[in-house]
Amino acid sequence: MESSQKNMVVQLRGIVKNFGKLEAVKKIDLDVEQGSLVTLLGPSGCGKTTILRMIAGLEHPTAGDIYIKGRLVNDIPIHRRNLGMIFQNYALFPHKSIFDNVAFGLKYRNVSKTDIKEKVRKALEMVRLPDVGDRYPSQLSGGQQQRIALARAIVIEPDVLLMDEPLSALDENLREDMRREIDNLQQMLGVTTIFVTHDQREALSMSDKIVVLNDGVLQQEGPPEDVYNIPTNRFVADFLGSSNFYPGRVMAKENGLYRIRLETGHEFLSNHPFNWNQGDKIELVIRAQKFYVYAENNAPDETLGNSFKGVIKDRSYMGGEVSYFIDLEGGLSIHVISIVNIRALKIGDRVAVDVSPRHCGLLPGQHSIAAS
Amino acid sequence: MKKQNWQPWALLSPSLSAILLLLVIPVLFIIVYSFWLRAPTGAVIPAFQLGNYARFFEDLFYPSILFRTIRVSLICVFLCLIMGYIPAYFFHRSTSRFRQALILLVLLPFWISFIIRTMSWINILGTTGFLNHLLLKIGIISQPLSLLYNEAAVLMGLIQFLLPFMILNIFVSLEGIDKNLLEAARSMGCNEWQAFREVTLPLSLPGVSAGCLLVFVLTAGTYLPPMILGGPGNEMIANLIFNRVIGTLDWPFGSAISVILLLLLGTIVWTYNRYLGISQIFKAFKGN
Ligand SMILES: Nc1ncnc2c1ncn2[C@@H]1O[C@H](COP(=O)(O)OP(=O)(O)OP(=O)(O)O)[C@@H](O)[C@H]1O
Ligand SMILES: [Mg+2]
Repeated sequence: MESSQKNMVVQLRGIVKNFGKLEAVKKIDLDVEQGSLVTLLGPSGCGKTTILRMIAGLEHPTAGDIYIKGRLVNDIPIHRRNLGMIFQNYALFPHKSIFDNVAFGLKYRNVSKTDIKEKVRKALEMVRLPDVGDRYPSQLSGGQQQRIALARAIVIEPDVLLMDEPLSALDENLREDMRREIDNLQQMLGVTTIFVTHDQREALSMSDKIVVLNDGVLQQEGPPEDVYNIPTNRFVADFLGSSNFYPGRVMAKENGLYRIRLETGHEFLSNHPFNWNQGDKIELVIRAQKFYVYAENNAPDETLGNSFKGVIKDRSYMGGEVSYFIDLEGGLSIHVISIVNIRALKIGDRVAVDVSPRHCGLLPGQHSIAAS
Repeated sequence: MKKQNWQPWALLSPSLSAILLLLVIPVLFIIVYSFWLRAPTGAVIPAFQLGNYARFFEDLFYPSILFRTIRVSLICVFLCLIMGYIPAYFFHRSTSRFRQALILLVLLPFWISFIIRTMSWINILGTTGFLNHLLLKIGIISQPLSLLYNEAAVLMGLIQFLLPFMILNIFVSLEGIDKNLLEAARSMGCNEWQAFREVTLPLSLPGVSAGCLLVFVLTAGTYLPPMILGGPGNEMIANLIFNRVIGTLDWPFGSAISVILLLLLGTIVWTYNRYLGISQIFKAFKGN
């Protein structure tokens, strides 16, 4: 391997996996840096689990190579890959005590009895369950069981920790605690981790790198902020948060801002970081959360750059937030998700909306614009 | 409140009366009979005395048949366990599209009458049977072997009857094991055999023990295979009962032996239920 990739713990090169006629994973390349937490994010059936299982050695890739710590592992069976695995349903051994569960991997690594005791004690302390060694898995709650599963996986000091939706069996409140616990532990131990989820909030909050997948194809990878703020295709823009998409054209570049004209004639300013040329067909992407909405008589004089007037056509109240569907003058519909400050606006209210050029993303457009 | 209390009983009443009529009352009759007297003329006289039981334990003749029954049952359990676990594990691991069909094949023998299945061994093992015929033909032997009317033949007949019960019980408990447990064990450093020993084997034990209990109880109460395939020294306790009741019309003594067998099996089932739970057995018949 090239020396520049020395600090890569897991590398996938051209990984393909077919199940009969179904192409579950299509030519994926992936690098996972030492000590980082990488999430595989995507909708159900996009191939996340399959990729994880191939790294684990539970599935064989149809084509492509897998390297762990620079070693080609295609033909190395799972039990010699030095992995930690965490399952959605915890997968603790029901017939073994918590101590024996955590000690399990050490037993197969020629660790002496006294060292096993010490390591298990430390691992249980790390997950803040120091006194449960004598109990059995069925005597613990779901959250506790998942913490034991975590202890069991890290106690063997794996080269890479693989987690397949480890939080999805937990209820909402517990999930948040557990998410932070995994995050802290991962950083403290510096264990390289691959985390599978279809929950974008989870992915955005814990990852060093997010890998967005759809239909077995890698859509985009990068730090959470980049992937969220600068999606490079429509799937990513839509999957991470609800977005508005409008076909249009680049009219000009003025003071570092692109002037965009939509098919409806509305003009927006965007300071998208990529290079666009005048006349390029584009798709304007604006996240629903990025609009500001004011009652018309209440709108501030200062505009962020893209201010329009409209009428609320529909809304749904979601506690902390309200989702509005607003028709702008000139026939443009937008979806806005807004934080409720005092009182939500009502259907039929006249409103002003405003959005910063920073939040007007651009994607290459495939649509055709009527000649103008 | 009151109404709710008797409603389940009302719903259960048809099956309860069937059990009462067909099981409880006959058993009560047997128990009562076992205390009666049999006059030398053959007449049966109502009484309350323990003579029939005393007669059973008078010398070693009858207890030795009881002991043989237990021994044959244990051997049968052991052989069924070995011969049952392997196919059950094979079905469990199989990814073949014929898997369902293979499992159905296990039940195929039940479609043929038990007596016919048992009798057919005579055509296979008898002195003029298929096996001797074949061995004579290819010249391995010059005299027909006597393969029938011994304990091995009895065991053969028992196993071909009982093996499906064992296979199904073990198969169901194997199917109930979470596949992630095996993968977890593998990921922590177990090879396939070690993972089997650490996870699959211990977690299949409930099915194993349920299968063993079923096979034991069914063997201990069976009389057809020893009668058809066994010799004079191979009779089991049920044959004894059969002979006393049908052969010599000695109902009181036959009943006493039945009660002794019932007590033995009852104790075993009770102990099993106490420590392992009887419900495991029913899982095998519910399917998955
Ligand atoms: N063993 C298998 N045999 C056949 N098809 C499979 C197998 N495993 C997965 N697939 C198919 O491959 C595709 C990807 O499956 P995978 O389990 O990787 O999805 P996923 O992204 O993990 O989805 P989810 O979020 O629902 O867990 C799916 O269409 C699935 O039906
Ligand atoms: Mg999955």
